[in-house]
Amino acid sequence: MSPDFIIAILITVIGASTPILLAALGELVVEKAGVLNLGVEGMMLIGAITGFVVAFTTQNPWLAVLCAAAAGVAASMIFAFLTLSLSANQTATGLALTIFGTGFSALAGQGFTGRPVELFRSVFPAELATHPVWRLVFGHSPLVYFALIMVVAVWYFLKRTRAGLILRAVGENDLSAHSIGYSVIAIRYGAVAFGGAMAGIAGAAFPLLLTPQWAERMTAGRGWIAVALVVFASWRPFRLLAGAYLFGLVMTIELYAKAGGGVLNFVPSELWAALPYLATIAVLVLISLRQRTSSSAPACLGKPFIPST
Amino acid sequence: MQFRLEKRAEPSRLMLYATPVAAVILTMVVGAIIFSAIGYNGLGAVREIFLTPLTNSYKWQDLGVKAAPLIIIGVGLSIAYRANVWNIGAEGQYVMGGLAATWVALATYGMTGWWILPAMMLAGIAGGAAYAAIPALLRTRLGVNEILTSLMLTYASIQLIYYLVRAPWKDPMGMGFPQTRIFSEAARLPTVIPTTIVHLGVPIAVIVAVVAWFIVSRSVFGYQIRVVGAAPHAARYGGFSEKRTIWLTLLVSGALAGFAGMLEVAGPFQRMVPGFPTNYGFTAIIAAFLGRLNPLGVIFGAFVIALSVVGGEVAQTTIGLPNAASGIFQAMMLFFLLAGDILVRYRIRRVRPQNVGAV
Repeated sequence: MSPDFIIAILITVIGASTPILLAALGELVVEKAGVLNLGVEGMMLIGAITGFVVAFTTQNPWLAVLCAAAAGVAASMIFAFLTLSLSANQTATGLALTIFGTGFSALAGQGFTGRPVELFRSVFPAELATHPVWRLVFGHSPLVYFALIMVVAVWYFLKRTRAGLILRAVGENDLSAHSIGYSVIAIRYGAVAFGGAMAGIAGAAFPLLLTPQWAERMTAGRGWIAVALVVFASWRPFRLLAGAYLFGLVMTIELYAKAGGGVLNFVPSELWAALPYLATIAVLVLISLRQRTSSSAPACLGKPFIPST
Repeated sequence: MQFRLEKRAEPSRLMLYATPVAAVILTMVVGAIIFSAIGYNGLGAVREIFLTPLTNSYKWQDLGVKAAPLIIIGVGLSIAYRANVWNIGAEGQYVMGGLAATWVALATYGMTGWWILPAMMLAGIAGGAAYAAIPALLRTRLGVNEILTSLMLTYASIQLIYYLVRAPWKDPMGMGFPQTRIFSEAARLPTVIPTTIVHLGVPIAVIVAVVAWFIVSRSVFGYQIRVVGAAPHAARYGGFSEKRTIWLTLLVSGALAGFAGMLEVAGPFQRMVPGFPTNYGFTAIIAAFLGRLNPLGVIFGAFVIALSVVGGEVAQTTIGLPNAASGIFQAMMLFFLLAGDILVRYRIRRVRPQNVGAV
């Protein structure tokens, strides 16, 4: 294996992991606030079709990402209104959001299937990325750097800022946070909106970063893997980064297998395609063997907040 | 004028059963407005989706055939959800049931005998239950969330179909198409009404719902799942094992999904194809909720979902409404239903401004 080949693989791994990382970072903040939004897959699909259509019509990837984020926020507000304002069951509402996102994106994507769109490429001058090693540093889409910055930003926000402390308090003990004067519902609305924006951007990364076109259900369960990754990472941003890169590696293997990679032909290609899902189960099993995950989960996760007054 | 929510002493039974109907009506009204706003014939869409299949007697058989798997899967899911066990991988269990039945059908290819269909049914039930046993084992032994495992297994099961019909089970006379051969006569479900497509699975679905209703409302098992779901702590004091409930509900819901898979592959499909997973496992979730997690209610929920599916096909041909529209209608019904849940637990009271000031 030549160094060039290894670097090419690394770049693919980083790209493949970026959508999962983005969506999982959003879900991590949502869950830290005590809300379980299982609509990530649906919000990603809405972000994917929005990003695609905007990029296709305006040729502006920046605008596409912005619109995808806005669409993700809009979708997340349906969830927020039902679960936070009307205290509907979070699990069922999240599922409904995923079903809605699947239908919405399929409807909006009518007539766009198979049309090409420009990839959201590196903004650094090409001369910087001539050598393979430099390509590893400067050769990525802005979305990749954005995801990495967000890992640090989310970590800093949760660990080092007052607002982050309040958000965690709302997720650990909503009644206490309420009794000392914080608006639990408003803070959770904010967290869900952030999760929606991140899921929307994660969705846009599919047509803008991975396969430059629209296909129905193109997120293929990655939103669910992102939810699983948050559990795997025990709600810690840097562990999330490691987990996302691990999944990026698994998906890269799948890509090479599909392209007819010689060494991978010893098992059917369908097994490689099933690998990310089986790996998710394996990872959940491993993490549960190592520790009781329930102990690191936010205490109020998934429970509706109903003030006694 | 202001409104205030006031907790009811007991959940309103009237609201419990009125809200699903209201959700369907609201979906029709709001759906018509939204689809008009985005440039489709909104009124036409609602008419074609919700009314045409009812008035056109030719579509009734379609409704029955589409509702049957939804009823069977939905009944199983309603039992699991009542116990707060979130099996959302019914689609995968349905696929495994269909694959297990296909295996029997291919192994007995060319044979005749009354026993072949029952053997396929047993295989389908076993296949679905075995696939649901994986999340059950992981949840009870290791505390792994069953939502994620059951869903991941669904994606894996679909790859298994692709592999089987591409390689070992491929029809040798199929001109290269990835599909199995058509099952022989003895492995196909008979129709129950001559000259229609209504197969044996339709009456079976209704029987399943009635039997399940009887068990859930009249047996200790039914009582157990309700108590474990509503009050896990009380259930523990009462000696009901949570783990046993998780096992039972996952196995029952998996077995029923697998059974539905067998009925579909032996009925409408008559062979295994890559397009076998048609989302019944996911739309049955909506059917279960619309039916208020009551097995008899699931018949209503499944019927409404079948209506939107059959009507969606009608609207596609008559007014050019994209097929995806029915998915949006289904999701809207669930949204409205979940929003209406608050009326079951709370009542809305009008508060006069002067009263507010006095407090």
